[in-house]
Amino acid sequence: MSVPILTLITFIPIIGVFFILSIDSKRQELIRVTALLVSIVVFFISLPLFFNFDSHVYDMQFVEKLRWIPSFGIYYYLGIDGISLFLILLTTFITPLSILASWHITKNVKEYMIAMLVLETGMVGVFVSLDLFLFYVFWELMLIPMYLLIGIWGGPRRIYAAVKFFIYTMAGSVFMLLAIIALYFLNYKSTGEYTFNLLEYYRLDISFAAQFWLFLAFFLAFAIKVPMVPFHTWLPDAHVEAPTAGSVILAGVLLKMGTYGFVRFCLPLFPEASHAFIPVISWMAIVGIIYGALVSMAQDDLKKLVAYSSVSHLGFVMLGIFAFNIQGIEGGITQMINHGLSTGALFLIVGMLYERRHTRMIADFGGLTKQIPVFATFFMIVTLSSIGLPGLNGFVGEFLILVGAFKSRILYASLATTGIILAAVYMLWMFQRVMFGEITHEENKTLKDINKREFVILAPIVLLVFWIGIYPNSFLRKMDASVNHLLKQVGDKANIVSNIQIHNKPEQLQGIGVPKIDIVPENKTEW
Amino acid sequence: MLNLVGLILLFPIIGTAINGLFGKRLKKETVGYVACGSIGLSFFISVLVFCGLLLLPPDARLFEKQLFSWIESGSFKAAAGLQVDPLSSLMILVVTGVGFLIHIYSVGYMHNDKGYHRYFCYLNLFTFSMLLLVLSNNFLLMFIGWEAVGLCSYLLIGFWFEKKSASDAAKKAFIVNRVGDFGFALGIMLIFLTFHSIDFTEVFNAASHGNFGVGSFTVTVITLLLFMGATGKSAQIPLYTWLPDAMEGPTPVSALIHAATMVTAGVYMIARCNVLYTMSPFTMTVVASIGAVTALFAASIGLVQNDIKRVLAYSTISQLGYMFLACGVGAFTAGIFHLMTHAFFKALLFLGSGSVIHALSGEQDMRKMGGLKHHIPITYKTFLIGTVAIAGLPPFAGFFSKDEILLESLVRGNFIYWLIAAIAAFFTAFYMFRLLFMTFHGESRVDHHVAEHIHESPRNMTIPLMILAGLSFVGGFLGIPGASAINNFLAPVFGGHPHTEISGTESIGHHSEGHPYLMMVISTAIAVAGISLAYRMYVKKPEMPGRLAERFHLIYKLLLNKYYVDEIYDVLFVKPTKIISIQLWKRVDALMIDGSVNGIARLVGWFGNIFRHLQTGYIRNYAFYIVAGCIFIIVLTVFGK
Repeated sequence: MSVPILTLITFIPIIGVFFILSIDSKRQELIRVTALLVSIVVFFISLPLFFNFDSHVYDMQFVEKLRWIPSFGIYYYLGIDGISLFLILLTTFITPLSILASWHITKNVKEYMIAMLVLETGMVGVFVSLDLFLFYVFWELMLIPMYLLIGIWGGPRRIYAAVKFFIYTMAGSVFMLLAIIALYFLNYKSTGEYTFNLLEYYRLDISFAAQFWLFLAFFLAFAIKVPMVPFHTWLPDAHVEAPTAGSVILAGVLLKMGTYGFVRFCLPLFPEASHAFIPVISWMAIVGIIYGALVSMAQDDLKKLVAYSSVSHLGFVMLGIFAFNIQGIEGGITQMINHGLSTGALFLIVGMLYERRHTRMIADFGGLTKQIPVFATFFMIVTLSSIGLPGLNGFVGEFLILVGAFKSRILYASLATTGIILAAVYMLWMFQRVMFGEITHEENKTLKDINKREFVILAPIVLLVFWIGIYPNSFLRKMDASVNHLLKQVGDKANIVSNIQIHNKPEQLQGIGVPKIDIVPENKTEW
Repeated sequence: MLNLVGLILLFPIIGTAINGLFGKRLKKETVGYVACGSIGLSFFISVLVFCGLLLLPPDARLFEKQLFSWIESGSFKAAAGLQVDPLSSLMILVVTGVGFLIHIYSVGYMHNDKGYHRYFCYLNLFTFSMLLLVLSNNFLLMFIGWEAVGLCSYLLIGFWFEKKSASDAAKKAFIVNRVGDFGFALGIMLIFLTFHSIDFTEVFNAASHGNFGVGSFTVTVITLLLFMGATGKSAQIPLYTWLPDAMEGPTPVSALIHAATMVTAGVYMIARCNVLYTMSPFTMTVVASIGAVTALFAASIGLVQNDIKRVLAYSTISQLGYMFLACGVGAFTAGIFHLMTHAFFKALLFLGSGSVIHALSGEQDMRKMGGLKHHIPITYKTFLIGTVAIAGLPPFAGFFSKDEILLESLVRGNFIYWLIAAIAAFFTAFYMFRLLFMTFHGESRVDHHVAEHIHESPRNMTIPLMILAGLSFVGGFLGIPGASAINNFLAPVFGGHPHTEISGTESIGHHSEGHPYLMMVISTAIAVAGISLAYRMYVKKPEMPGRLAERFHLIYKLLLNKYYVDEIYDVLFVKPTKIISIQLWKRVDALMIDGSVNGIARLVGWFGNIFRHLQTGYIRNYAFYIVAGCIFIIVLTVFGK
């Protein structure tokens, strides 16, 4: 434990902010380059996390622990495991691309780049914090730059969208804060020690009634963030109004905080409550998958279409997580990454079209393939990745999720699988209307194909799309230990309490039998 | 030699990469050489692998090669592994062999197209995917190939994407296939849940040695789900509607993908899973029935179509129906045999029709053809061979394979199967010769300015035609009843499973000694009847079809409009989905959900507005509130108790 990598990647962006502060705001190019360099440096520093990650242990790795406010038991406590590893990498990977995609921003470049870098700190901070107080600080910190990005650099209804985003998320977070404080005192009651240490909380034995309410509080915060239907309406507004980079980060990383929150907090802290909520959440997820896809189909604005498709994709993630088995959760995590990549790329592509034509209406396009073939190729690959074509990344996540869901309840998986058909419908229909056919609008006849900067943005994403699709094991292996441990935690605890608390509903505990987590009941299938 | 199997996949994907990445900068000839060369090499290796397999003793003919572990999560393991056995070795020969010929043909056919390199990139990718489909040793890898051929089909149907009809057809093909794949994917999951593996060998072993009886509910569900995938990919009722529209693609594509290889994937898959299928008599009945009904249904539509490619498309659907019928009655060998001969003669027919279309500068309507046999003699002769082969006249390829299916449907199935298949065979002979007569015989109905440009196709197009014609002629001898090479070769894959109710494949001999020859006579008679009717109607009395159409105009209209199935699907599925999606968005999302979100916000604002009036800023008001409050508290404390 020599180099504090986690601290570095969390706070180098802030150092970058100071650099940028010292630059004259008229030197826009220098500001952009500085921001980009800082984010690239952060990305490279984060790479050792991947290569030096020990995939055999479930313990937190790269741990850093310092006293921060000792009188309240608050620590500066960072660490990652196989669950957060990829979300951090996703963040450090997406940020430079987003900055590169913001090259055309000319209004208040200095402030814009500062917001981007602060945002990166907030996002990484959320994923590395193991102290709930610290976590909450980052969680809220992240809101501010995003609020500004939408509110200042956004589209015509930016103020409405920014306020909606901010208040909606805040409303959820407040309940989470309450729950965190409650945990703080619960922990004191049972151990006599004041601490915000998450790993300590994992050991708590919380009564089912308490779990129920605490779960609900966390659930509200995360469900809004994911977002799960019906808490999703802030998302299309935020996406449509946000600048491209804002949308990319919003879809790529911010939404993942919700799903990550479920895996990191809800499941291990409140296993029985989580268990009891399986039907509720699974149904919400399924409704989200189908509803998101159907509503997506009706959209005439590209960004809105992609935004609603996010609702559908995140439904898959939630379904996987609440399948409570290894395939479901690993699929869920993989799908978080996949969604970050493909939906991020879709927003980038829509942004590129917008830069050229200043419109996002599907009807304003048509026949573009003829004019911009290279762009079309990228667009096609990303579209296919988004609809889960085998061989590309989306398939691996979706299929594992469905296998997981199938194991826990066949009905859920069967319903969710219809989402795969619908995804093909709305994505291909969109692609056809935008890219195929004759060019019907004069303005589209002079479009320029992808430039070098755009190529540099999209190429790495496409590479990853293929990598995850063809060799997902390089990712899955690193999750194994942590996910197995998580399931064991959940299984162990759920079993202890199950005898007392929810003995009248034994069937809910199927599939999480204690020592062996991955049990398939022989020849017995719950339809 | 078997170790080389990986190379079969490698060459096409290299071809794809070269033409995909650099095709634009390469010369046309180079693009063509790369594309054809890669498939040619792949074919060469396939032959080697095939020979390597032949050298092994019959019951040891199974070679597996694990490439790498692909997805591993808990107990779920999917490997990237290949498998060579008689079935897959036969398939790779067909795919690379026919594929190679069609690649060469395409060099001539697509010569003037602007998307030349794009075309060959897709075509190579298709060959790769198809090979992956047939070579994989587990369900999930097969599923990759399965969806990837669907993707290539999508890309190639929509190759001329400026045409709305082409991009519509492409989208339709993909989505309809997705509906089938929905079943396939669920089937794979259920297989995993049931057998704890998705590896072919393991699953089939577990199925035949496990405690699953014939008629097991789970196995029935699995096989039905897989069959759902097959109806999508192999264009069977109810998911066949995409295939006729798929004719929007370039004709060599129709030959390779929508006739010879991809659409047969469903048959291959069922043959591959024969262990599971034979365990479920119910599913077998479903497969056979759907196959038989599709064979007749599609053939009846083919009777009246006027677009040369559409006739062939319906013919393909119908022939695929035969293959499913064969599989459904347990005659897997017959199904695969017909798959192979069909690949030869249908590829030939499509390429021949392509040559006709090429000669007529893009005309596809048979009503504007006629009398072409002297203008394009090679095309005519080869086309004639193909037509005779599909109509089922001895000793051409189609005769043997179709005859075997007819026979098996009677011996293993029942009379109704046979009757349906026989009627469909009559239709087939009729519509194929109708096509031949309308196109090549009689008076020319070609437009004048088109007529001036009629020319025979270049050598790189006619030579593949001749080779395929040769194959359509001799291909059937592999399956001569009594001395069937293909039967013996495939026996290890299909024969002797513990649960096989209808066991073994060499049934012809002992089931019915006298039948085969009688059946041959009958089926030949059926073909001759169909041909002579077509001759009477389209050569002798060309005015007769019109009269008949008038007299039976309801039936004629019904057939011409393909039983209105597209329209029915549109009303049942497409329109409601669109309406629901718009209603969900406008009513539920915008009005209800977002309305209540904003409603809450407004409610808060409204309360704020009310309480704002308390904050007047006047000291006298605040003093009043204080006094009033004090009085209230005093009253409460004094009188409260």
